[in-house]
Amino acid sequence: MSMDRRQFIKIAGMSALFGLGGKGAFEFLRPGALEASEHGHGVEYVPEEPAEVAKRWGMTIDVQKCGEPGVVEKCIKACHSTHNIPDFGDSKNQVKWLWQDDYEHTFAGNENSYMDDRVKELPFLCLCNHCDEPPCVRVCPTKATFRRPDGVVAMDYHRCIGCRFCMAGCPYGSRSFNWFDPRNALNQKEYNLDFPTRMKGVVEKCNFCVERLAQDKLPACVEAAPEALAFGDLADPDSSVRQILRKRSSMRRKLELGTKPSVFYLV
Amino acid sequence: MYDAWKILVGLAIFLGLFTFAFWMNAGKAAPVPEPKIDTPEIKKMAVKQCVEDKEYMRTTHMQLVNVWRDQALRDGNREFINQKGEKYVISLQNTCLKCHSNKKEFCDACHNYTAIAPYCWDCHIVPPEEPKEEPREESKGNES
Repeated sequence: MSMDRRQFIKIAGMSALFGLGGKGAFEFLRPGALEASEHGHGVEYVPEEPAEVAKRWGMTIDVQKCGEPGVVEKCIKACHSTHNIPDFGDSKNQVKWLWQDDYEHTFAGNENSYMDDRVKELPFLCLCNHCDEPPCVRVCPTKATFRRPDGVVAMDYHRCIGCRFCMAGCPYGSRSFNWFDPRNALNQKEYNLDFPTRMKGVVEKCNFCVERLAQDKLPACVEAAPEALAFGDLADPDSSVRQILRKRSSMRRKLELGTKPSVFYLV
Repeated sequence: MYDAWKILVGLAIFLGLFTFAFWMNAGKAAPVPEPKIDTPEIKKMAVKQCVEDKEYMRTTHMQLVNVWRDQALRDGNREFINQKGEKYVISLQNTCLKCHSNKKEFCDACHNYTAIAPYCWDCHIVPPEEPKEEPREESKGNES
């Protein structure tokens, strides 16, 4: 088949018209049908307007109280049993929501040359700092991790593709990758049936117990050790955490990075 | 046409093999599933009523669940108001599965029939079913 220039331009022109005008043609022939199939599938849901006064959840950790025997352990146990966190038994595959570390590593860069033995030995509870400027959220390519208006940096495991950019982005090591199916390292009889597990290939971290906050409960670790941990609204000057912070001097981890953490260590 | 019978025989064999799956399974259609709703929780209900009416749930539950997940997780809005204005807590594990505690006979019945495998259960925990069915399929990969 031969084609002259005139024919070619005609065909190319018509193709371009239909190609580019695809959506327009749809709208012309079946108004609204395309939109409907793209959004919601007929299930109506309009997100609510964000509350006018955004809360800002924050936590204080009393380091001295954490040094008392059993306090750190019971916090970690409460967290892990609430959120079905697997224990693979080695640090390489460890899944960390709430864990303990020493001063030197928690406040890397701030250590004195001649530290007193007491602080040197103290256990520090570490968790996701739920930063105001979370680097993990900035690097996530799928928006699987996002910052809620109340300051909680949350994870949407449905969207996580396991690229681990967020793990590279987080300066606190608060994120862990599921190299294996977490259910292999969980006791089925000890599942907390109110909370899901995760699956192989997603990154997970502390969620500030958003599922408990939704029910007006405190986070599991705070509930387990109210003497050492406090939780509240940093935006409210009269909240429990703000009152504590007014009286006690506190530290935050790696402030120099500008992430603005919301976990305060009371010294 | 040269070698007509060879071609015809070849064609017949080809068509036979090509349609093997159809005539092999002819007349053996899998029975249409009947998802069971005879769980203790549903038996207790005076009016057997899901979050929306039956026909809506049958055709649209997948979209509804999809919307629920974004609404609860991303917007932090865990309250669902159905077309009648009744309120429900959005939760697959705690709302759906509380009544439909028989995943095998309810969810799986249709999902297997239509050969789809939703990945809900990779993370969401199926509550233990009646004690009679103690060895659940999930336990196969569970060493500890």
